[in-house]
Amino acid sequence: MAGFFKSKLFFFSLAAVIIAATLPFYVSGYVLGLLTVAYYFGVFAMAWDLLFGFAGEVNFGPTFLIGVGAYTAGILNNQYGWSVYLCIVLGALASVIAGVVLALPALRVRGPYFGLTTLVAVLMLQNFVVVFAELTGGEIGLTIPDVITIAANANYWIALGFMTISAIILYGLSQSPVGLVLQASGQDPVQAGALGFNIVKHKLAAFIVSAFFSGLSGALLVFYFGTASVGTVVDIAVGVNVIVAAVLGGRRTVLGAALGAIFLIVAGEFLRPTGELATFIVSAVALLVVLFFPGGFLGAALSHEGR
Amino acid sequence: MDATATTNNPPVLEVRGLTKRFGGLTAVKNLGLDLHGGEILGLIGPNGSGKSTAMKAIMGIERPTSGDVVFQGENVAGLPAHKIARRGFGMVFQHSRPLNRQTVLENIMVALLPDSLFMLLPDKALTERAKWIANRVGLGSVMDRRPPTLPFADLRRLELAKAIARDPKVVLVDEPFAGLTLAEVATFSELIKSFRDEGRAVLLVDHNVKSVAALVDRVLAMYLGEEIVTGRADEVMRNETVRRVYLGGAIEISARPEASFKDKVPLLQVENVSVFYGKAQALENVSIHVHHGEFVSVVGLNGAGKTTLFNTISGFLPYSGDIVRDGANLRGISPARIARSGIVQCPESRELFGEMTVRENLDLGGQHLSDEERERQLAWLFELFPILKERQGQMAQTLSGGEQQMLAIGRALMMQPKILILDEPTLGLAPVILETLSKALARLRQTTDITVLLGEQNVTFALPHADRVYVLEHARIIWEGDPGRFAAEAGAGYL
Repeated sequence: MAGFFKSKLFFFSLAAVIIAATLPFYVSGYVLGLLTVAYYFGVFAMAWDLLFGFAGEVNFGPTFLIGVGAYTAGILNNQYGWSVYLCIVLGALASVIAGVVLALPALRVRGPYFGLTTLVAVLMLQNFVVVFAELTGGEIGLTIPDVITIAANANYWIALGFMTISAIILYGLSQSPVGLVLQASGQDPVQAGALGFNIVKHKLAAFIVSAFFSGLSGALLVFYFGTASVGTVVDIAVGVNVIVAAVLGGRRTVLGAALGAIFLIVAGEFLRPTGELATFIVSAVALLVVLFFPGGFLGAALSHEGR
Repeated sequence: MDATATTNNPPVLEVRGLTKRFGGLTAVKNLGLDLHGGEILGLIGPNGSGKSTAMKAIMGIERPTSGDVVFQGENVAGLPAHKIARRGFGMVFQHSRPLNRQTVLENIMVALLPDSLFMLLPDKALTERAKWIANRVGLGSVMDRRPPTLPFADLRRLELAKAIARDPKVVLVDEPFAGLTLAEVATFSELIKSFRDEGRAVLLVDHNVKSVAALVDRVLAMYLGEEIVTGRADEVMRNETVRRVYLGGAIEISARPEASFKDKVPLLQVENVSVFYGKAQALENVSIHVHHGEFVSVVGLNGAGKTTLFNTISGFLPYSGDIVRDGANLRGISPARIARSGIVQCPESRELFGEMTVRENLDLGGQHLSDEERERQLAWLFELFPILKERQGQMAQTLSGGEQQMLAIGRALMMQPKILILDEPTLGLAPVILETLSKALARLRQTTDITVLLGEQNVTFALPHADRVYVLEHARIIWEGDPGRFAAEAGAGYL
């Protein structure tokens, strides 16, 4: 752990954050807007990697946690006009509660069934949003009266700061003794049990942490957008993007997930002139990386440093 | 260790009436044992005898169906593994997946951590303790390396280190010597003895008495889920039932001398074949040959390398050395083409298509035959295994174990093999089924010219039909000869 502050990864991360923090002084508002979204996405992907990379559980429904956080915050603000910050906190808490309700039964089933359960949860949430349209805005989307701020620079710094703090906490957690136990539980549950670790407890804790950051990020994102819609925070396709970002960046690296998310969103935007082809090209790159560098961007780099 | 000294103290671990059922199968039946501190007990039994299940049931990895596991006066049966572990149990796994991005030391550290969600900073004292343990098991010089760079024996040491990290009273060891060289076996024996000398109670699981005889104070021999006998290693080796289970009673043999096979160059030649699984050597310079029409048995305990040998011949594994059939080298030929050309393997795991009927399974085997030929082959097969004819319309997975084995052999025979490879057909089967299988093999040998290569740990089954026998041990062929000389020359290794 102490070695981290001397590692290349630390200096790269520090340099990246410093450079990112100065961007508002010389790039356009358009780019800033793009990166703001990308940073929130980065948190989704890091939170997901904690589950997949460390707990060894494939959560096919990251957008269940994100969506619950986003919609709870949005609805509370829309219906009761509560303060933005209170709504954000409550959104994150709702996400944690939803995560526990989902994970408790789901962690009891083995292997692919956990993933399927989480997938079904997304579909249920999506249905809920559509059916209770009066509350949720349905397919048109939920209008959110308040925003944190309208200044592009401020929004950008909030997103960057939030991602940086999330990264420090999630990465620190992953490298802490608890993170090691979690990793052992994910890799060889039988042995972790025989070493005296309550696997369900550790995985549940990971789920709660993952849910908290997903929900928090989801809530922040809707207050940036000023709207919440199925297409932006619940749809399966959004979840797939989160998963692709995490795998692309490097499983079990946490920081790589953020990198992957930024890459996905920025590359998608860069390729926008190619029209429909954009999604195809980004997907193809993702597929190639997964096939030939299963460690992802950061996984490959780290394994070199590890030698 | 003086056996009388320990019996005066109350045992650390008392197991009473331990039973574990999986559906209709009773894997462990009414097992009882006492384990004292400062004692090594060997739990011995052939493959499928329930010894590993018994160990897992004690540890709480499998929940016992009934029975008591009393540890220092407290019944822990039915508790989850992590609770039992915290009471003072450590288990050495045969296979493990260490954390590959962490160092050896960090891997040991994990085992020392409390089961708490709030352990966020590493504890200096734990690091010191982990270093001490690393030195204790001989990992001192490699503790800063990562597991993927370690040799196989060091990975096993890491498993020992993790198991004893929290100073358990009871240490369970699953097949302590699997995959180790002879020199390494000696070192590991010393390590396990030192656990005993520290006052721990050690329970070893292994296949035969011989491999652990020098290490254990007492042995409990199991067969088909039940205890046969408990006693000192030499007593157990002399026990009649144990001898019958491992060696069989009087074995009738019907070997044909090797000279009677007319082919000058053997039909199948395996020459100096070596195979590695990662770092573990599964075959070491193995050479065998099989003549046209000959029945050759490869005898060896579980883990000796039989399945690896057969899978290598069938083209599934990369190897060094040569495998030659009828003068043609098989290197680079795909498994499918090898099977089509007549080297057909009936694998240990049977690999039936469970949701297809018996008939469909057989038809798949005879898929390349013309309708007429297939009918003829089927008729012949139903004569060999009449029960399959009755069961034609039944789904394969609903058959009994013995019937499934017959179907697996039948499906292989539908491919009209020139060389039939049978990998442990007796695995997990009741003695009465063995007899049926045995008769079928005898008929196969008498009425056809199919060359058979049989892999078995059950010597009683492997010898009667064999013309020649190879003994495979620790990845090497250690004996070759006719079955008549086996009991005298190589039998002792099978107790």
